[in-house]
Amino acid sequence: MDYTLLFVQVLNGLQLGLLLFLVASGLTLVFGILDFVNLAHGSIYMIGAFIGASLTLLLGNFLLAVLIAVPLTGVLGYLIERFVARQLYDKDHLDHVLGTFGLILVLDTSAHIIWGPAGITVPLPAWLDGQVALFTGVVFPTFRLLIISVGLAVAAGLFWLVNYTKLGMLIRAGASNRTMVSALGIDIQTLFALVFALGAMLAGLAGMLIAPITTASIGMGGQIIITAFVVIIIGGIGSMKGAFIGAIIIGLIDTLGRSFLDQLFELFMSESAAETAAPAVSAMMIYILMAIILAVKPQGLFPPKVR
Amino acid sequence: MGKMTVVSWVTLFGMVLLAVLPPLFLMNGQAFYMDLATRLVILGIAAVSLNLILGFGGMVSFGHAAFIGLGAYAVGIPAHHATWGGFDLIASYNGFLHLGLAISISALFALITGAISLRTKGVYFIMITMAFGQMAFFLFQSLDVYNGDDGLTIDVRSEFPLINLDEPLQLYILSYVSLVGVMLLVRMIVNSRFGMVLQGAKGNNERMLTLGYNTYFYRLTAYVISGAMCGYAGFLLGNFTTFISPDMMHWTRSGELMFMVILGGASTLFGPVLGSSVFILVEEILSSFTIFWHLPFGLMLIGLVLFIRGGLMGLFKSKGR
Repeated sequence: MDYTLLFVQVLNGLQLGLLLFLVASGLTLVFGILDFVNLAHGSIYMIGAFIGASLTLLLGNFLLAVLIAVPLTGVLGYLIERFVARQLYDKDHLDHVLGTFGLILVLDTSAHIIWGPAGITVPLPAWLDGQVALFTGVVFPTFRLLIISVGLAVAAGLFWLVNYTKLGMLIRAGASNRTMVSALGIDIQTLFALVFALGAMLAGLAGMLIAPITTASIGMGGQIIITAFVVIIIGGIGSMKGAFIGAIIIGLIDTLGRSFLDQLFELFMSESAAETAAPAVSAMMIYILMAIILAVKPQGLFPPKVR
Repeated sequence: MGKMTVVSWVTLFGMVLLAVLPPLFLMNGQAFYMDLATRLVILGIAAVSLNLILGFGGMVSFGHAAFIGLGAYAVGIPAHHATWGGFDLIASYNGFLHLGLAISISALFALITGAISLRTKGVYFIMITMAFGQMAFFLFQSLDVYNGDDGLTIDVRSEFPLINLDEPLQLYILSYVSLVGVMLLVRMIVNSRFGMVLQGAKGNNERMLTLGYNTYFYRLTAYVISGAMCGYAGFLLGNFTTFISPDMMHWTRSGELMFMVILGGASTLFGPVLGSSVFILVEEILSSFTIFWHLPFGLMLIGLVLFIRGGLMGLFKSKGR
């Protein structure tokens, strides 16, 4: 086993996990407090990537573009909450799913109309584009390190926000008993809009961060949303801690599975059989993991106490 | 059945229309409409199968497209090996083998995923079925033997004695008769004691449990029946399109299937068929105007959820009473 490669792949897995966390945290926040299933969350991630890409090309500065684009996706989230989501809160989850599925079609096609069918490549400033030496002989892309740091910082920020601020107190209270919070005179409508916008900003930020690596493209939202759902199912829907741990687990398993499963399989089967089986199994691995966890704990690893 | 309600008249009228119109189009040399009708009827079967668990059982499965894909690959894989060699056990053009594989594999997949998914409820169930559907999608995407993402072309359709699926009219008649059969089967199930328990569990699961019914078992059985029926629709779809790819299993396909059921009217017999008909026709009309047809389509879907209760069949119901 090549330990340098293993180390680099663990970092890659961590990077994927933290990116997933940015998307999943918004999903779990919105579900936890609003009891709302938002399939269109992935489309917000995609539009965030496109807005970030356009602004980067316009301003010639990636970081500045991100700083402007994040609030813009917050506004988009607010508008979606105001005009679509809010109308759906009293309906059942099936209606949420169908309504936001319609929203995906609208958002994805709008992106197609605005930005065209081809993806947009996002140029990085020179100081982010290279690699850094972590140890002698181990190099890692600077930008992926940045994603890891931003992901960890956002996780810490969310932890602080939810546990140690007034807003966080309201979020936790709203998640456990919505009626009681509004009975106590809290403007629940504004709180909901705020939470929704926050979730949108997190998803948008994730989109902007991944765009320099994968390009901003129409299909990117549909790809990540399912994985993000798997993350929050594993973690326990509505739990921030669950979303974080679930995201790291999924990120690591998916990345390590794709790189090392064939070597593992070769230990007990022929090389050609391993080459066929490994991609198939690694493609299904996170779902198999999900099935195992649910077979043991149907509510996920960290089910929220109420509900 | 007793007195005919508006809903049953609509059902009868719709089914007669589907029986008469497409063959007339074909005789007039408009094969395109025949194609459209075949697709619509096959997706109607899939929608009826989904409605059994979604409408009558209250189980919102978001992964039903996986069964269509499994059914289609049950035609494509044996035919592929019969053409190109390998996997002698199943390499064949025999229709009964394809059919048997389609139904048994879909049922097996439903049994395994259902056994796990049905331990959960509500949003968890929606998302887990969706995730299992994606699992099937990614599995076939990663199978390079069957061209992965690029899909398989079926060179020879399933072979049966007496009928020839290469003939559009015969394929249509088979699909139409299957649709009628599936609808009658669902009606029989829903009105049986089994169906009563299923609907009772949808309304109030605790009550049924207290009455001594093991609702988990009833639900799982319904889930397996629904999966097998949907796999059958996949078998027909594979024979119809003669091209299959993992895209048939993508979660957006499952979403479309759900859309059809809700559009037509869940927990009605004809609703899913009406839904699939309107879906296919609107898709066809919109896409002939603009490549951006998903935009009005999406707005329509949002409007449907916000304003139309009980789907299109619901409109007839309110007039009937």
